[in-house]
Amino acid sequence: MLANFIPSAAEYARFMPELILIVVGTLIMFLEAFLEGERKPILSILAGLGLVAGIFAALTAPQGMAFQGMLAVDGFATFFRVLVMAAGLLVLLSSSEYLQREGHDTGEFYALVLFSIVGQCIMASANELIMIFIGLEISSIASYILAGYLRDDARNNESALKYFLLGSFATAFLLYGVAWIYGATGSTNLATIHNALLSGANSSTPLISVAAGLIFVGLAFKISAAPFQGWAPDVYQGAPAPVSGFLTVGPKAAAFAVLIRIFVDAFSSISDRWLPVVWGCALATMLVGNLAALLQSNIKRMLAYSSIAHAGYVLVAVCANSGTGSAAAMFYLAGYAFTNIGAFAVVSHFARKGEKYVAIEDFAGLSQRQPGMAAMLTIFLLSLIGVPLTAGFFGKFYIFKAALDSHLVWLTVLGLLNSAIAAYYYLRILVVMYMKEPGESTETLTAPGPMLTLAIYGSAVMTLVLGILPGWVLDYAVKAAQ
Amino acid sequence: MDAILFLIFAAIAVVCGINMVVQKHPISSALSLVGVMAALAALYLLLGGEFIAAAQLVVYSGAIMVLFIFVIMLLNAGAEPKSVLKPMGKYLGAPLLVVFFGIMSFVVQNMTPSSDNVVFGSFKGAGPREIGTSLFTVYLLPFEVTSVLILIAILGAIVLARKEID
Repeated sequence: MLANFIPSAAEYARFMPELILIVVGTLIMFLEAFLEGERKPILSILAGLGLVAGIFAALTAPQGMAFQGMLAVDGFATFFRVLVMAAGLLVLLSSSEYLQREGHDTGEFYALVLFSIVGQCIMASANELIMIFIGLEISSIASYILAGYLRDDARNNESALKYFLLGSFATAFLLYGVAWIYGATGSTNLATIHNALLSGANSSTPLISVAAGLIFVGLAFKISAAPFQGWAPDVYQGAPAPVSGFLTVGPKAAAFAVLIRIFVDAFSSISDRWLPVVWGCALATMLVGNLAALLQSNIKRMLAYSSIAHAGYVLVAVCANSGTGSAAAMFYLAGYAFTNIGAFAVVSHFARKGEKYVAIEDFAGLSQRQPGMAAMLTIFLLSLIGVPLTAGFFGKFYIFKAALDSHLVWLTVLGLLNSAIAAYYYLRILVVMYMKEPGESTETLTAPGPMLTLAIYGSAVMTLVLGILPGWVLDYAVKAAQ
Repeated sequence: MDAILFLIFAAIAVVCGINMVVQKHPISSALSLVGVMAALAALYLLLGGEFIAAAQLVVYSGAIMVLFIFVIMLLNAGAEPKSVLKPMGKYLGAPLLVVFFGIMSFVVQNMTPSSDNVVFGSFKGAGPREIGTSLFTVYLLPFEVTSVLILIAILGAIVLARKEID
């Protein structure tokens, strides 16, 4: 009887990306203790190789269930796994120069990034609430530490502490919801929950509504949806800039994957109950993010509010509650990942040592000092606005198309108005960068290192490729979302 | 008999829980938390969950509370300074909490006439044997992956707490 529980080779293959990342992460921790100072760059290369191997393993993994239905490796899981690992690769490239500058180039950083990605990969492929919870905790705890990685910096400490306290509080809500769901349906397996709700035995009781509500609160916190967005500006502003880029992308994409799997998939039979809540949440998130971003003078804080607003757009896609909606959300998250990591990488470069220059006014005249970097930032900001030929345009286009297909006319109109508001604060940076004379502070600006350059140009290329040839990613997303 | 025991332990848990929040000195709060945990363990025992009752006592009342008290003593934390609440917390906090618990108890109350609605799936019995079997068969992967979680916690403690060597 016990032989039934011994995992097969195919099941290990389905879990291979996570296994590779765990092994490489642990290896980095070991090597960190033995390597001399000047040989530390090997660790970042090792981490990068681990991620490339992980992406390869995720792409070649056979589809199906693994470990007694704990994991469901399907197109949806593969999409998000590859997305978070590719985002992690860009973050590794963009952070090693930053860490050297701040005197914190230690191996633990790379190990933490890898472990955080392990958690996000587990979240993307989990088919079981317990697995989702453990993946979420792995991803979150690694993120809390990364947010406070420069531990002598007061802003880092504030960021990490706020993230930790509020994040743990949110996780408690999620866990409470899981317990209620187990009490109501007798299972934590998403497929079983789906069937239990379909058969209608318990689905009319308020028990399910409360459980779904608690789980939504926990996840809304992780995607920084209003009214649970309060932590995001402080955390993203205080964390090291490359880490902020990672936090706005990796954990968020994974949390959206979980949200779609639980609500659009498992809770589909009670969608009339959660749709109005998500509707209101999407609208509030877009409004809060965009209106608050208008008032910011610090570029990191502005990008933080913009990331809240973008979570609102993705919630519109979730609200569409259809295959096209999920596919639009997947495409949008992919485009947003490359755009935002690129934007934060440029910001971390312009901010210089100690992140001194992060006010929008400090960007005056940078187009004259470093036209290449300024042009890249322009591409990223245009993509965040949603200008044609960038990933942001098609992302918004598919989301609002999916919303219209589901007859969400008002939400679409209000969403489009929001993207018009958003254009103002992104364009303001471009105006400062291109039309103002450079200040004295720009004298100290050095050329970016090769790895950072590669990360920024790589992100820009991906942003443009997704904007010019969206078909191949979108086709995959549509197939996966079925 | 069950009902009387339940009421006694539930009352202890609620009173200790409120006391934990109200107390000004961290040690008093920590000791109240021990009371909550012990009362919960007794409630689990009443439900037939021997293993979870024992785990509750060993893990929470034992390990975690000892750790709490160590930290409080190491930091030499005295009575908590009076915290100034923002108007929103002061006037909306308690009413919102009451509304939250009201909704929760309403839902649970609605369920009680049909207590067979609350099922525990295929999971029968909560002895150490059943828990051990499912932990190492069906729930093998979450069990193993939890080790990564603990590894990160250790790594994080070292990263954030170590002295700079150079």
